[in-house]
Amino acid sequence: MTQALFRSDKQPSGQLFHNNEFMNDLRLQMLKFAILQVRNEALAEDAVQDAMLSAYQNIDRFNRQAALKTWVFAILKNKLIDILRKEKRYTNASILEEGASLNDEALIDHLFTENGHWQKDERPQKWYEPDHGVESKHFWRIFDTCLEALPAKYSRFFMMREFLELDTNEICDNEEVTVSNLNTTLFRARLRLRECLEDNWFQGENNT
Amino acid sequence: MMKCTQATQLLSEKLDRPLSNKEKMNLGIHTAMCPACRQFGKQMLSLRDISQRYVKQSDREERGDNT
Ligand SMILES: [Zn+2]
Repeated sequence: MTQALFRSDKQPSGQLFHNNEFMNDLRLQMLKFAILQVRNEALAEDAVQDAMLSAYQNIDRFNRQAALKTWVFAILKNKLIDILRKEKRYTNASILEEGASLNDEALIDHLFTENGHWQKDERPQKWYEPDHGVESKHFWRIFDTCLEALPAKYSRFFMMREFLELDTNEICDNEEVTVSNLNTTLFRARLRLRECLEDNWFQGENNT
Repeated sequence: MMKCTQATQLLSEKLDRPLSNKEKMNLGIHTAMCPACRQFGKQMLSLRDISQRYVKQSDREERGDNT
């Protein structure tokens, strides 16, 4: 009997707000994203709560789960930009991003030969991921550090794709970038992340 | 033959869009012969898996369930 109440495909968004599992997942996704953007847990927590509250107050406008997620996220993003602006960090973003594209060239030169093949020393190694290893606090600390080391735009796109699990079109609409620009940025973000993890975790593991 | 720089980019894009038949074929030929790019492809999948665990991970911590 009770199952029938929840089975409907056209679940109104208002009900989603009472779906604890969905809301908890959404909150965690937003929180991870917010913390890495503003680098301050209290500010991030406030921004996420504000965003969810504004969404709830204007719920009538939305009726699809995917739409709800992108929409709450768009509200959150504006709040984060306000925070960064207040802290005068936002204005530096474009400078950081310009610097990053130079570093990309350097990274690609470092990883590949002139002919576009892997340098012998840089060939990707097998990653051994014992559950207790990947789940250990140490690993997550390294993962955090590697994420934080990414240029702001890279980590934003990467997190939208992999944490919030938004699809390409949703990200492009939100961020006003072209698909090919997004794909290239995601590639570079992943290239850097894997390099960072391989240098700081997986290689260390294999060597000991 | 496709270069590793191109193959790695496609191995990343594969996670974001469906590849064309031509891309699939060229990438398939490349990875069949290039163990490094094959490994890179596996790492791309691991990265996605790790990211999803990362998001869920604070869930456990917040509940104080460390096992
Ligand atoms: Zn290759």
